[in-house]
Amino acid sequence: MSKKLGRGVALVGAGMSKFGAFPDKSGRDLFVEAFQDMRQSVDKGFDPADIETIYIGNFSSDLFEGQSHTAPIMADVVGLTPRSATRIEDACASGGAALRQGILAIASGLYDIALVGGVEKMTNLPTAEVTDTLAAAADILYEIPAGFTFPGFYAAIASAYMHKYGLKPEQLMNVAIKNHENGALNPNAQFGVTIPAWMEGRKAAAQKKGRPVPTWQNEMDFLHDDSANPMIAWPLRLFDCSPITDGATAVLLVAAEIAQRFTDHPLHIIGSGQASDVALHDRDDLTSLSAARRAAQEAYAMAGVAAQDIRLAEVHDCFTIAEIIATEDLGFFASGDGFKAAEDRVTARDGAKPVNSSGGLKSKGHPVGASGVAQAVEIFKQMRGEAGQRQVGRDLPLGLTHNVGGTGGTCVVHIYERRG
Amino acid sequence: MGSHCPHCQAHFLPPRAICPHCYSDQLEWMAFSGQGRLEAFTAIYIAPSAMIAAGYGRDNPYLAGVVALEEGVKISGQILDAEVTIGTSLTALFVERGEGEAKRSYLAFQIAEKG
Repeated sequence: MSKKLGRGVALVGAGMSKFGAFPDKSGRDLFVEAFQDMRQSVDKGFDPADIETIYIGNFSSDLFEGQSHTAPIMADVVGLTPRSATRIEDACASGGAALRQGILAIASGLYDIALVGGVEKMTNLPTAEVTDTLAAAADILYEIPAGFTFPGFYAAIASAYMHKYGLKPEQLMNVAIKNHENGALNPNAQFGVTIPAWMEGRKAAAQKKGRPVPTWQNEMDFLHDDSANPMIAWPLRLFDCSPITDGATAVLLVAAEIAQRFTDHPLHIIGSGQASDVALHDRDDLTSLSAARRAAQEAYAMAGVAAQDIRLAEVHDCFTIAEIIATEDLGFFASGDGFKAAEDRVTARDGAKPVNSSGGLKSKGHPVGASGVAQAVEIFKQMRGEAGQRQVGRDLPLGLTHNVGGTGGTCVVHIYERRG
Repeated sequence: MGSHCPHCQAHFLPPRAICPHCYSDQLEWMAFSGQGRLEAFTAIYIAPSAMIAAGYGRDNPYLAGVVALEEGVKISGQILDAEVTIGTSLTALFVERGEGEAKRSYLAFQIAEKG
């Protein structure tokens, strides 16, 4: 029997800071930006004092900024103390898990209006320390001593997928090419530039400095160049990986019965699923995330919809292989067909199943605790026809978000419906 | 060392205190042969601090992998030989990394002796 929410919950506002590297801004500065952007998105306006509770997705402000106990600080900077404020940590799924806690808080009947935020300030640390901090999301007793890093885990997953389904490393690049195409149309993206435009930039810079100008013939030529696109963890290269990002997000959830006070165009949360899993090496199948399959099943059952009904999805593309596997775990494509769908541009903005119209984690950026909420921000904009140049040109009554923590130790899936 | 559940005969590596199948806490220590096959792997060029300290990195990448042991369990380990592919037969050994008090032994695998 499928699980049901105690009462309806609606998304009525969604905002984000610009994503990028901001040496002069703290996590709290970015959260204020996201909060103000969210306020402007609420069609009929609202009094922030009406917010009753706050959930903040944040992975590791402790190690990134030396700041624990983040939620009351975020409540304070937007003037919301003494309301309850709780930080949710599920690695890179912290944002999605915070969103789910906000939904459950309203569905329970305890609160009518909840603020859900996500924040991560990552660029204070040098790359090796960011790698170490992210590695803390894996099993530090039995996985990290093997030398694994996060790119390393997903690279090992890719090796198993290549072996099982015949994927070639260059076919992963179709995901990066597509997500940069989308991100180039997103003004909040960290690397909002297409790969061809990136190549032109590199050529112009070389010319200016009097260095030899690269002679790449096309995108694949560039992506095979060890100096332009270095190996991070074979078979994954730099352009297979999401970047290190500072950013924050904020959404407003309300009881469905009062949604009309805020907007005539709310998105109803009709499905919510979350699951956990063992360490990567303990899994029978390394080419699929069982937590994602289970979370998706729960969400589809709650919503009473199937994978083929979903018109638009934001999935957790922390690495190119992760997007391919996500589209299979969500049931969009059969196992082993995800990379072919990416190659055939089925997941492009004008394809049958647009995935990561925002640019995804890959191009938009991946401030880990904020990413799960950022997915909801994109779905909110797209399903209401407010995505500007990157607007998917079709009716979008049903959307989905898929947020993964670690290598799939946590997965959270949500389904959104626009009525009328 | 791993553990073994005498009730459902399941093996666990890393060792568990409670059996996830029958919830028994009467688990026994169990030694594994260390023989297995490579199931997934990568060569890491951007290394964490501990591996950089051990001399690895961009100019000296290392392999990490998931190995399926003959007893039917899987475990992560550094792979010391570069000439491997999925399915390669491997043998476990322990390597030391770190200096002084930070010195620890770590699980690793190398290609099994032929014959």
